Amino acid sequence: MTRAAPAMSVARISGWGGTSVDGTEQRSEDLLALTADVPLSRGLGRSYGDSSLPPASQPVVASTVLADRLLAFDEATGDLTAEAGYCLYDLWDTFLPRGWFTPVSPGTQFVTLGGMVAADVHGKNHHRAGTIGAHVRAIVLRVAGGEIVRCSRTAHADLFRATIGGMGLTGHIVEVTLRLVRVPSPWIIGETRRIPNIDAFVGALKSAAAIWPFTMGWIDCLSTGPRLGRGVLFSGRWATADEAPQRFPRRLRRLSVPVSCPSWVMGTTIGRLFNAVYYRVHRTTPRARIVHPESFFYPLDSVHHWNRLYGRSGFTQYQCVLPESAGARAVHDLLVLMSRFGAASFLCVIKDCGPQGDGLLSFPLSGVSVALDLPVRDDTQQVVDALNAFVVEAGGRVYLAKDAYTRAEHFRAMEPRLSEFETIRRRWDPDGRIRSQQSIRLFGDPS
Amino acid sequence: MTVVILGGTKGIGRAVARRCAARGDRVFLLGRDAADLARSAADLDVRAGRAVAAGTAVCDLADPDTFAPALAAAAEALGTIDTVVVTAADFATQDVLERDLDRTRRLLTLNFAHTVVFCEHARPYLLPRGGTLCVVSSVAGDRGRTPVILYGASKAGLSQYLEGLDHKYRGAGLRVVCVKPGFVKTGMTAGLRPPPFAGEPDQVARDIVRAIDRGTPVVYTPAIWALVMFVIRRLPRAVMRRIGF
Repeated sequence: MTRAAPAMSVARISGWGGTSVDGTEQRSEDLLALTADVPLSRGLGRSYGDSSLPPASQPVVASTVLADRLLAFDEATGDLTAEAGYCLYDLWDTFLPRGWFTPVSPGTQFVTLGGMVAADVHGKNHHRAGTIGAHVRAIVLRVAGGEIVRCSRTAHADLFRATIGGMGLTGHIVEVTLRLVRVPSPWIIGETRRIPNIDAFVGALKSAAAIWPFTMGWIDCLSTGPRLGRGVLFSGRWATADEAPQRFPRRLRRLSVPVSCPSWVMGTTIGRLFNAVYYRVHRTTPRARIVHPESFFYPLDSVHHWNRLYGRSGFTQYQCVLPESAGARAVHDLLVLMSRFGAASFLCVIKDCGPQGDGLLSFPLSGVSVALDLPVRDDTQQVVDALNAFVVEAGGRVYLAKDAYTRAEHFRAMEPRLSEFETIRRRWDPDGRIRSQQSIRLFGDPS
Repeated sequence: MTVVILGGTKGIGRAVARRCAARGDRVFLLGRDAADLARSAADLDVRAGRAVAAGTAVCDLADPDTFAPALAAAAEALGTIDTVVVTAADFATQDVLERDLDRTRRLLTLNFAHTVVFCEHARPYLLPRGGTLCVVSSVAGDRGRTPVILYGASKAGLSQYLEGLDHKYRGAGLRVVCVKPGFVKTGMTAGLRPPPFAGEPDQVARDIVRAIDRGTPVVYTPAIWALVMFVIRRLPRAVMRRIGF
């Protein structure tokens, strides 16, 4: 496995951060034919690390993106059944004008339903709504033996729980039934407030969460001392019909990064400058205003291929959650540890999480999640090892949808639920056919 | 507008069906598999938020006996047929076709003979009222080219037929649209390395619907292919032999 900017060639498959392997991505509208004999399915490839990359001995993935049909929608309940390749970008176009939206949205709309379930994605409303898994009513899987299995909380409940957040390792997700939510308007009332340091930030997130359904923080990771972890807190809610503009929000224009950039583009100097300006343009005193929902939920989607900014060596996103039991200073200590390595993170996102969901390998738990984009350097493995040792000690865990560097021993130490997951997985896939580069690395699957 | 689409469950046909349904056209889908047709009809209805799929009927390009009953079912469901779109086709690479003559015969039969026969079945439904027959051919039919000799030949014949229809029946009110896509990223071309200017199905569908509305006799899509093929058609044979395009 090497690191390079996501390749155009069909002979190379990449994670969003740039981790890539030799392999081909097979596409077809017919998922049942497509998944007959491949080790893994893959959606839009937005997982950052190696979770959507196939094993070297069977270098093929089934791309679900052409399987994007909507099969049923119940106007009374909001239950939408769709093929696994249907993506949030399309869901916006179809359902937001009709007053429906996904109950949980990750930081990009270029994700498929199958990918969302596999990663059990969370969003700015995790403290209220939990992960996407809490809103999934049923999943149709093609399991390793070839049969088509419909699972839910009442049918094959073990398989259902293992599939939510199971990183696609329990079978090929073919269909998903998701309960959409009604929204009063397609616009957001948003509030931004700048926060002077990390300790104040953790407290501000908690108090904002009591008022706002959506909260999230951006942190300046390059500032130090008393300003360590200063940043901007974003809060929001759907605007009521009275508050919202009458017109439907038009799609925002998108820029694109056409080629991989030199590594200095995302270096410390530009990072410091950007962070200082970004911090200062936001007010100390909060002010609520109407915000375009696309810029609120998906700010990074405004630049296509933004991952190319990190150059050919790519980047890794380190995302961990630190439980409340780790104490209020845990996030502070994590940032100090990172800065000790001189590991400059251009983008750092902080979010308070609600209780753990049903998914057996679901990432969030009650506490604070921190996500750091780290340009890949010679010492990236050591940095991740040190951060992981800290997270293990704190009782936290890392997010598999982002991970490319965690060692198996650290993962096992973080994940007491792993043996139950593996037991269920083996029940449905005794020969270990379905696997990924990540499951080889973390679970010890055969390569 | 009422539209009948042969091949509307997959690829370009699926994207055309969605575009037509989204703007309020009534769509009737023809395809090989009844269950697959039902799923695509549901997709159109759910996306539109109301019943826009007027129905489906099994119609297999490999079986001309299915053509007449399928079109009759469509005419009955829709009342009148304004437009017939044909996106269904067969595809295999030149290497595969050269190794397997049965495969070659099947491709030539489906893409040329049976597609023409289907159009001949559709023509009487469209002529009296001045409808549109829109058929997806290919840029591969514009010039004999090394990588697509057999597939290109099948599409060349089809393009020629469509041009003839246009000449004969335009005055009588039949509008014939010959669509010539370049490489499009669909399930049909999965596994092939996309060349420069590769198109997405939705982008191609937008061009097709516009061509139907305007009655454009020949449309290249993505549009850059009009320029590419303008040049390719004029290249001397000696140059074509060398470049292997």
